[in-house]
Amino acid sequence: MIVRNPVVRRIVRSVVVRRVAGTLGTLFGVAVLVFVMLRAIPGDQITAGLGTEAAALTPAQRQALELYYGLDQPLVAQFFSWLGNLFTGNLGYSARSQQSVLELTLHALPVTFELAVFSIVLALLIGVPLGMLAASRTSATGNAAGQVVSLAGLSIPAFLLATTLLSVFAASFGFNPNGQGFATLVEDPLLNLQQMFLPALVLGFGIAAPILRTTRTAVLEVRSDDFVRTARAKGVPERRLQVRHVLRNALVPIVTMTGLQFGYLLGGAVVVEQIFSVPGIGRQVLLGIQQKEYAVVQSTVLVIALAFVLVNLLTDVLYRVIDPRVRAS
Amino acid sequence: MSALSRRSPAGLAGVVILVLLAAVAALSYLGWLPYDPIAQHPPSRFLAPSGAHLFGTDQFGRDVFSRVAAGVGNSALIAVVAVAFATVVGTLGGLVAGFYRGFADGAVGGVTNVLFAFPPLLLALSLASVLDRDWFTIAVAIAVVYVPIFVRVTRGPVLSLREIEYVKAAVATGQSRWQIMLRHVLPNLTPIVIIQVALSLSWAVLTEASLSFLGLGTPPPAPSLGSMIFEARSLVFVAPWTLVAPGAVVVLLVVGLNLLGDGLRDTLDPRSRVRR
Repeated sequence: MIVRNPVVRRIVRSVVVRRVAGTLGTLFGVAVLVFVMLRAIPGDQITAGLGTEAAALTPAQRQALELYYGLDQPLVAQFFSWLGNLFTGNLGYSARSQQSVLELTLHALPVTFELAVFSIVLALLIGVPLGMLAASRTSATGNAAGQVVSLAGLSIPAFLLATTLLSVFAASFGFNPNGQGFATLVEDPLLNLQQMFLPALVLGFGIAAPILRTTRTAVLEVRSDDFVRTARAKGVPERRLQVRHVLRNALVPIVTMTGLQFGYLLGGAVVVEQIFSVPGIGRQVLLGIQQKEYAVVQSTVLVIALAFVLVNLLTDVLYRVIDPRVRAS
Repeated sequence: MSALSRRSPAGLAGVVILVLLAAVAALSYLGWLPYDPIAQHPPSRFLAPSGAHLFGTDQFGRDVFSRVAAGVGNSALIAVVAVAFATVVGTLGGLVAGFYRGFADGAVGGVTNVLFAFPPLLLALSLASVLDRDWFTIAVAIAVVYVPIFVRVTRGPVLSLREIEYVKAAVATGQSRWQIMLRHVLPNLTPIVIIQVALSLSWAVLTEASLSFLGLGTPPPAPSLGSMIFEARSLVFVAPWTLVAPGAVVVLLVVGLNLLGDGLRDTLDPRSRVRR
């Protein structure tokens, strides 16, 4: 692009502006895809809402409903009216729960967010120490343990682990906090944490594996660097060396990998929230699909994609902060 | 194969597991299963594993071993078709984007970014809920999720390959772009693509199982590992084998694919070979 004004040129070329513009473009594409996908379903909102009763509608009733849902408009107009409504916070209405999709989403989003944070903390607690152990040359058991855990994490489906844990804990220890109504962190912190523990463990175990592998590779790579040898030569204690020098420099790939796993978390949340009856955003999508409430599905999927894209953008910014080398380039 | 066994015993273990499971799946395709996986036989409900029923029977008296075998066949078929589709489309996309650059690169990159903006399982789930549910459309729904991955892993190498002398020489001798892409660039992508295929297969199996667990995969009564586990949830204490058998087999299948993928990476990827 040819821009004469030097200030404007710098703004246009700045990485942040380009990233934000790219993200907006991507989100528009996501909106188009979601819209087209749900229009590809045979039938429309009317048949979906009424089921077989839709056949009994008189032409006039049908026309009235089409007018009501805006189905008489051309597709492009329908798309932009949906998109325009999104910006005013109108995400649609769920007839089953008698609530607006915005209300539903505002209740569900914090729940999934809490679950995601909890899972990431557990995953880091499992993945990073085991990854460092697996990278150590002295500990063969540590290495083997790392390999087994990472293979298990990658290979055991979340739904299988969740089902098994739920049954075993309920039967053997009488521990089934998810059996009663869900409590938010504000309503009953203790019960909430109990209810979040197993779902977060299942999701955290799944993403611990890639974090473990990344930690191992990064630590192996950093440890062969010259500055580590220098630090060791000048007498930095081993523990401090491992944490301050090795781990700190291995952090960039670990942070990136953790950010990338967020997508897995949002997808896995659908499965895990369903099994443990956690009323999060994943369950909202699944319920929408099962009850054929496409307004709910359409807007919720878009909200999830938005969250995912934002997290990716944040990860990008975050590793610029952590790593001065990326910042400079 | 011999290189694989030399460099990576774990990879070889993966091959052994997969051959074993393939043999079990073959039983179902050849119609050599001990029982019909779908036919119900109420008198023999909840029989524990025995000589007659290797993995016992379920709540309808169906033989769990036969169902698991047919389920492995189904899962494998869907995963293979999905990954094959994703490999062809994604690699072509990566080739075109990296070789033509400019507009083609922008267009392919845009589509890739949009598909990457969805959490993988969510995209497959939304697509599967929209499409008619049979094994082929499930495969397509899963394939769409993995297309952008193949685009991303191939585009970078293509960008650097097109600057290499023999590609320039081919340009100089007047070969067409497609000839160059298919004859000089594509063969150099083979190792990357093979590794990605093995890893994607394991994800595809997991995705298919998750979809059918959620009731959006292979429709019943056709046996699928995911839906078998879903049905077994409430039977764990009456008939634990109904959960253990499909659960163990799905884990084994994914472990086999992961071991093979890692083994292939150690064998074929020059970068990972140095660091050992």
